[in-house]
Amino acid sequence: MDIPPKTVRELYRTMVVIRAFEEKVQDLYARGHIPGLAHLYIGEEAIAAGVCANLGDKDYITSTHRGHGHVIAKGALLKPMMAELYGKETGYCKGKGGSMHIADVNLGILGANGIAGGGLPIAVGAGLSCKMKHPGQVAVCFFGDASSNNGTFHESLNFAAVHKLPVVFVCENNGFGISVSQAQHQAIIDISIRAAGYGMPGQTVDGNDVLSVYLAAGEAIDRARKGEGPTLLECKTYRWRGHHEGDPNQGGRYRSKEDIQAWVENCPIKRFEQYLTKNKVLTKKQMQAVWEEVESEINESIEFAEQSPFPPLSEMYQDVLA
Amino acid sequence: MSRIITYAQALNEALAYCMEKDDSVFVMGEDVGRYGGIFQVTAGLQDRFGVDRVMDTPISEAAFVGGAVGAAMTGMRPVVEIMFIDFITVAMDMVVNQMAKMHFMFGGRAKVPMVIRVNIGAGRGTAAQHSQSFHAIFQHIPGIKIAMPSTPHDAKGMLIEAIQDDNPVLFVEHKKMYIDKGEVPEEAYTVPIGKAKVVRAGKDITVVATLNMVAKALTVAEEMAAQGVDMEVIDLRSLCPLDREAVLASVRKTGTLITADEGCHTGNMGAELAALVAEQALDSLQAPIVRVAGPDTPVAFSPPLEQAYIPSEQDLKDAVARVLEYL
Ligand SMILES: Cc1ncc(C[n+]2csc(CCOP(=O)(O)OP(=O)(O)O)c2C)c(N)n1
Ligand SMILES: [Mg+2]
Repeated sequence: MDIPPKTVRELYRTMVVIRAFEEKVQDLYARGHIPGLAHLYIGEEAIAAGVCANLGDKDYITSTHRGHGHVIAKGALLKPMMAELYGKETGYCKGKGGSMHIADVNLGILGANGIAGGGLPIAVGAGLSCKMKHPGQVAVCFFGDASSNNGTFHESLNFAAVHKLPVVFVCENNGFGISVSQAQHQAIIDISIRAAGYGMPGQTVDGNDVLSVYLAAGEAIDRARKGEGPTLLECKTYRWRGHHEGDPNQGGRYRSKEDIQAWVENCPIKRFEQYLTKNKVLTKKQMQAVWEEVESEINESIEFAEQSPFPPLSEMYQDVLA
Repeated sequence: MSRIITYAQALNEALAYCMEKDDSVFVMGEDVGRYGGIFQVTAGLQDRFGVDRVMDTPISEAAFVGGAVGAAMTGMRPVVEIMFIDFITVAMDMVVNQMAKMHFMFGGRAKVPMVIRVNIGAGRGTAAQHSQSFHAIFQHIPGIKIAMPSTPHDAKGMLIEAIQDDNPVLFVEHKKMYIDKGEVPEEAYTVPIGKAKVVRAGKDITVVATLNMVAKALTVAEEMAAQGVDMEVIDLRSLCPLDREAVLASVRKTGTLITADEGCHTGNMGAELAALVAEQALDSLQAPIVRVAGPDTPVAFSPPLEQAYIPSEQDLKDAVARVLEYL
């Protein structure tokens, strides 16, 4: 495998940042510091990291309600992210969006999204503007298994395929839409087979194997950059936490502790650490250093968020129209 | 026999009663099965009535709302749960062009007896796409009844009424009210859709309110009573049919109208009532009509902004003060 060591180290770091960020959010949420809803990405880090490592600042992504990992991997800064989760003025959206709506248009992050399946047409539109004005740039659309049942999925894939748009549709199949298992919400196992119905390549990969994701996404993104049209890439994974923080017993109403445990064993970060050690890319000590460095960066973001003011009430009336 | 239960439990009882009584009644929506619905309104129903009658749907609002239309036209009485009113937009064609119009377009020869349950409201930190109160949009679409129960008692009675009604009913709940408690009879009963209720009789100022604004209006009314202002509080209870007579009768008595609804100001239920009074009772008015409503903005996430969005008791008091200037 000829992935440059620098990229390999970056993949690792990105996953660690996402994990550590989410674990902090989990704790802050439990202690009542973060209001509203938090849908955590713990266990799914390899997908955002592996996909976004193929993207530059000029490429676009659309994200989901479970968006922290995507935006971190796309280069979002932790301070304004954390401040946004707190609803503070210094947040990415001036505190007006919160966890489900983090966006940084300058980084090509066209927003996390509160509507399941809401991001797919938006990615198609970004693909249109790439095709018309910025050939070589691409749009990547993240969405979940259950969101692939919204009509927007079908309309968007068809549209992108028929117009050969530079869009890569990345389905994060974690086996559930809230409490409903994949077997209860669709009659197929591999969502990637739907690609055939729209005339685009489809592929399923192990979403907990960051290198597989990186390579498969890389090929799809290359094709898109060359004007060869869209791809549907399905990454199989699992969410460790409940649908959102507060979902009783991490989803104990609809899945077993054993299932969760099996997937915790299949941790994408642990697996990658084994790979890194075996291939002598990073030593245990170097990995430890990454965690420590990330930890302090996250702590700084929390301090920043806590010290920032809430937006003034007048902010409510700003930005309704441009 | 009455006992104290929550608004969510009252709805649950209504569903159970109707399903027990009529096997054409069934429930579908996202996570309504084993999970019991995001606000626990359907808790326990799947165990009792089975997976076919309490059906978890894919995230396919257009398909399951449209599916309810088709099922209703062919003899069923579906009750659909849309997790947040915000998501009904995904099914708007099915609601506006299909569900609402079938009966009329087909010369009265088809019926669409179905219920869509939705919830509105800010206050849970769920930001702009999970906190809206745009129920008034549907008031603009002839062919849909719109129920808005403000107490557990009315929640049960109006849901039974809605399920038994031969028309499509949009059943609007408030997400902050599910844990509200109140007296609810154990037995089944109906509460009409289209009849407002005078919840506090008074002679000085009329307030017409919906959902959680009713309780706020009552609190303000008690405070104002201590200051010698006798407020009449009307719980509108439905937007369609609109109980015009109840509103006009009160306005003719007090010479005033304050409306209170969480939807944003422009085009909300208060606009329709203001127009009604302007058309039919202008000569009775002694003070300007005042609308207490959400501001014309999306709901912000940031807690202080979200709190400022929600129409409050203070907003009602300000409205009363404004009206009092003229009396
Ligand atoms: C149109 C719409 N319907 C329903 C919801 C409520 N909802 C939020 S997330 C979710 C499940 C999404 O599942 P999936 O797409 O698999 O993503 P995951 O949560 O597993 O990451 C649902 C039903 C929504 N946000 N939007
Ligand atoms: Mg999922």
